[in-house]
Amino acid sequence: MLDVRGLKKVYEGSGRRVEAVRDLTFTVDAGELVCLVGPSGCGKTTLLRCMGGLLTPTSGEVLLEGRKVSGPPPGMAFVFQEYGRSLFPWMRVGENVELPLKQKDLSKARRRELVRDALESVGLADAVTAYPWQLSGGMQQRVAIARALAYEPRVLLMDEPFAAVDAQTRADLEDLVRGLWRERGITILFVTHDIDEAVYLGERVIVLSASPTVVQEQLKVDLPAGRDQLHTRVDPRFAELRTHVYEQIQAAKRGVGQPGPKSSVE
Amino acid sequence: MRGENVALGAAGLAAFLALGEAVPRLGLVKEAYFPPTSRIAEALADEVTDPAFWSALGDTLTGWALGLAIAVCAGVVAGVVVSVVPYLREATASTIEFLRPIPSVALIPLAVLLYGTELKSVLLLVVYASFWQVLIQTLYGVQDVDPIAEETARSYGLGTWARVRHVLWPTALPYVMTGVRLAAAVALILAITAELVIGAPGLGRQIAVAQTSQAVPEMYALIVVAGLLGLLINVGARTVERRALAWHQSVRGEVAV
Repeated sequence: MLDVRGLKKVYEGSGRRVEAVRDLTFTVDAGELVCLVGPSGCGKTTLLRCMGGLLTPTSGEVLLEGRKVSGPPPGMAFVFQEYGRSLFPWMRVGENVELPLKQKDLSKARRRELVRDALESVGLADAVTAYPWQLSGGMQQRVAIARALAYEPRVLLMDEPFAAVDAQTRADLEDLVRGLWRERGITILFVTHDIDEAVYLGERVIVLSASPTVVQEQLKVDLPAGRDQLHTRVDPRFAELRTHVYEQIQAAKRGVGQPGPKSSVE
Repeated sequence: MRGENVALGAAGLAAFLALGEAVPRLGLVKEAYFPPTSRIAEALADEVTDPAFWSALGDTLTGWALGLAIAVCAGVVAGVVVSVVPYLREATASTIEFLRPIPSVALIPLAVLLYGTELKSVLLLVVYASFWQVLIQTLYGVQDVDPIAEETARSYGLGTWARVRHVLWPTALPYVMTGVRLAAAVALILAITAELVIGAPGLGRQIAVAQTSQAVPEMYALIVVAGLLGLLINVGARTVERRALAWHQSVRGEVAV
């Protein structure tokens, strides 16, 4: 579904050369929910922007359903961390959700239906006529998620979407994403710096090394599909997995690399 | 609180008018050059019944509105094009910085040479003065586009035109509105100046005529009208701004969530 092959991104400017991503190769299967986690400043955002066609990689390529990504591909939606800047304050919630649909060849009735359905899915059906700045942070990020859902993407890229909301809202939003994923069968790539969040949400966790970035480890999360904040987080298996990811991240920070094969925790 | 402010404002104005009445009456200044408020009010009442006054007012407003409209359209289009086309901003920056500070009144001889005392003369000066106000504000406004908003629009496949319309234009609008408000005030100044100096029909020419014919109270009455016009234009521009930018931080204030 989504192939990243030998991706490398070097920023050059004013005499400085920064190698943000050195050599990344991994795949995401159709319908999978994969979490990318890594130490801060490891190029997660750069990677995601390359995958979304917003940045051109220095070398390597990203393939979506076998086709090379050279610009923002249709069928892919992006949810940014900065919801306040990603939603347009001059448009009402309904208009924000509808705007991307206007680029598609859809009837007005169909657009309305998609907007209503998406806002219902995130529990904001009655906020259609509000402005984003009249809503709380968590609600604004829900609107951004609704905008992505209405676009009917096959792949959803989420760049640390819950980093700026409070812990309780965050738990709600995590459950929302899991719920939507199970309901709609979208392929989701979720970038986070929060290890617990990565293990709680993902079916698979890809641990990245510190910059210059390579894949440190890939880990299958063998927790039951039905997860909830109360029980999953006290599950001994959850604790093992998060400890393992934590150790990997610490190793990554120290620069102890063991890139390559998938491993599983024994 | 609000009522108190209105009352204070009214009291201040009344005191000012009373001072204008008292100073010439007490002989502090010559009545011939500075008539008391009541004489000016009388002259104003006379003017209002004179059709020539209304046609002069109409001429001034025509020059103002037409000139402002041309300047706003040209300023906005030029500002967006200069910002969007690569390298154009850098290439035009020095030229803009050279042309912008030229005072519009310095172009009066040119206007007379080209168009004599026609409306076109007024338009030339009005457009030149207000164009730069709008252009500069538009250039600043376009630069203010949030990279995240721009990336959001790109990631959802919005093309260049859709991004200009849905992202760039709303971002620049608060700046453009400031430019239009400044331009509206400048345009009135230039319209009256042009009429006064060149003799194109309008309030400015009426003021010059009143002065040369020693009709001093009438001259003051016309000056008062010009002042009121400026006041109305500013209030009008602010109202339009508030309506158009209801979503903007500067207008919406702090919202309780």
